[in-house]
Amino acid sequence: MTTNNSLHDAFRAARDEGRAALIPYVTAGYPSLSRLPGLVAALTEAGADVIEIGIPFSDPLADGPVLQRAATEALANGTRVAQILEMVRDLTPKAPPMVFLTYINPVFRYGIERFSQDAYDAGMAGLIIPDLPWAEGQDFRLAAEASGLALIPLVAPTSTDSHLHSIRTAKGFVYGVSVTGVTGMRAAVDSGVRTLVERVRRVVPLPVAVGFGIANAQQAHEVARYADGVIVGSALVRTIMEDPSHAEERAYAFVKELKSGVNQLGSKA
Amino acid sequence: MLTTRVPDRYGRFGPFGGRYIPETLMPAVEELTQAYHQVRRDPEFQRELNALLKDYVGRPTPLRRADRMSQALGFDVFLKREDLNHTGAHKINNTIGQVLLARRMGKTRIIAETGAGQHGVATATAAALFGLKAEIYMGAEDVKRQALNVYRMKLLGAEVHPVESGTQTLKDATNEAIRDWVTNVRTTFYVIGSVVGPHPYPMMVRDFQSVIGREARSQILKLTGELPTHIVACVGGGSNSMGIFYPFREDPVALVGVEAAGEGLETGRHAASIQVAERGILHGSLSYLLQDEDGQIKPAHSISAGLDYPGVGPEHAYLHYTGRATYVAVTDRQALAAFHQLSQWEGIIPALESAHAVAWVIEAADQLRRDRARVVINLSGRGDKDVDQVFHMEQGGAQ
Ligand SMILES: Cc1ncc(COP(=O)(O)O)c(C=O)c1O
Repeated sequence: MTTNNSLHDAFRAARDEGRAALIPYVTAGYPSLSRLPGLVAALTEAGADVIEIGIPFSDPLADGPVLQRAATEALANGTRVAQILEMVRDLTPKAPPMVFLTYINPVFRYGIERFSQDAYDAGMAGLIIPDLPWAEGQDFRLAAEASGLALIPLVAPTSTDSHLHSIRTAKGFVYGVSVTGVTGMRAAVDSGVRTLVERVRRVVPLPVAVGFGIANAQQAHEVARYADGVIVGSALVRTIMEDPSHAEERAYAFVKELKSGVNQLGSKA
Repeated sequence: MLTTRVPDRYGRFGPFGGRYIPETLMPAVEELTQAYHQVRRDPEFQRELNALLKDYVGRPTPLRRADRMSQALGFDVFLKREDLNHTGAHKINNTIGQVLLARRMGKTRIIAETGAGQHGVATATAAALFGLKAEIYMGAEDVKRQALNVYRMKLLGAEVHPVESGTQTLKDATNEAIRDWVTNVRTTFYVIGSVVGPHPYPMMVRDFQSVIGREARSQILKLTGELPTHIVACVGGGSNSMGIFYPFREDPVALVGVEAAGEGLETGRHAASIQVAERGILHGSLSYLLQDEDGQIKPAHSISAGLDYPGVGPEHAYLHYTGRATYVAVTDRQALAAFHQLSQWEGIIPALESAHAVAWVIEAADQLRRDRARVVINLSGRGDKDVDQVFHMEQGGAQ
């Protein structure tokens, strides 16, 4: 159960510093799997508090164009689930807590018990599955938690109170989806996010991290004022896409900038 | 015969089915489930639906003995003529029902995915009938293959969005429709075209398509005084087959679903997910799925765009699993031969999808003759949409 605590500790450490946790996302296998160690090192050095590693899926129906493209290219260059599990084993000791983000079918196919065990053994702390709703996912949750892996619940602007109540006993953190929609950069942060975070806070005793659509340091700053964590995926991957040969430098610079966004909070509410 | 009612209230057909969708959509499918349960019992809704099926769609569709085919094969073959529906296929039975429901629910915007374009046309038609706006997602590859259907949808006032991602076919169009749905969930009704997707869709589409089997059952009893021995239908997502199977499920009748073996099962280039029978989760439900060892979805292949889908409805997986239905597959070549054969035997040009069902009956003729079979084939659609494709294929040799 130590890994679950690692997520808890990461959020607490950020909170103690009066800021939100910064959670960057990269797709394993983009631009190639051999670049993952360098990318994780860059994110770590730039101040990531938690890192999300995407396992690419052929049909990523919760993703916008940028992450679709990253997944398509990762699969086209031969990225395999077993290779990713093998590779993160060497990365987790030197990185902040890491969680996987993938779709239900690769996990189902691998076998949820075996997947959870292998991910836990590789030092991973949690698992996010955007096409597995909480009500459907109870068997997966039990299997994940039996291995010590947190299955991260998601909440959306459309979520009912009864859903919020059902995730009270979840582990790790709550993933707040900022918009009705798919991943991708948005011009502005939806004004409803704050309400969503507050609704979750009232019932769930876990940190709330907000993702989907956060495009830059300014928006990260805005979200960090009321959320416990800020998740940035598409904007980071797009930055890498602009110059894949310098993926690590680009990722470092961008995450550093985001970090300054979540740091300058003045006083935290 | 022992039967339990499926699906249960979680939308499960034994181990299959369920709801595997983003959390954002859960309240919407819950709302849809409630609304559907209401209209199912609402005589006013049923009256309106039945009136439209009769006077707009043209139901009941005939069921008639195919005399020359029966003579040639040496046993009785009957055709259930879904090709005679308005818009040329069974798809409209479902779209009228769903669009009627959308209107009840106060949804103003209709979206749909389409492969061959038949479901897109049927959705655009139902939307036009009620003055609603329809937006149709279609793989860029299919937009090319089925240009005429694209134009038909536009004529009907729908907007067609070509989908450039992935394999640019039906599965990618479905991904894109789900992305739209997740984004516009508050105003938008997603009209799914087959017995696939998250609960309640597989059940709801089955119910709307069951009119085929209800009619066929009373027609064949009236015509011959007895039940058929076999019901044969092609299986893409599985809606025309489920529609005709369902009312016969407790009868001593063999239910035969015909999948697309494409270039041959051994080549890997096919769409026969039940022949492979590997469980997987895609587009909202757990069923059989064409996939690799990592659970990545494999592209399907079929001469017929309407069967070109790597999954199948969860209730078919269940019927295979329990053994209540039998699933077989025929190749592109066999389907094409049947396309010609039925045209010449009966003066009916079948859709390439439906030609798969005809082809299996021809392939299995020796056994069926020995069994003195009385076979009902569900002729799910007409072949007009395919004439151009077949013409070019046969002119040009390759395609
Ligand atoms: C004429 C016809 N038959 C069959 C199908 C396959 O769908 P299903 O298996 O849902 O009946 C299609 C799909 O486009 C079709 O157009």
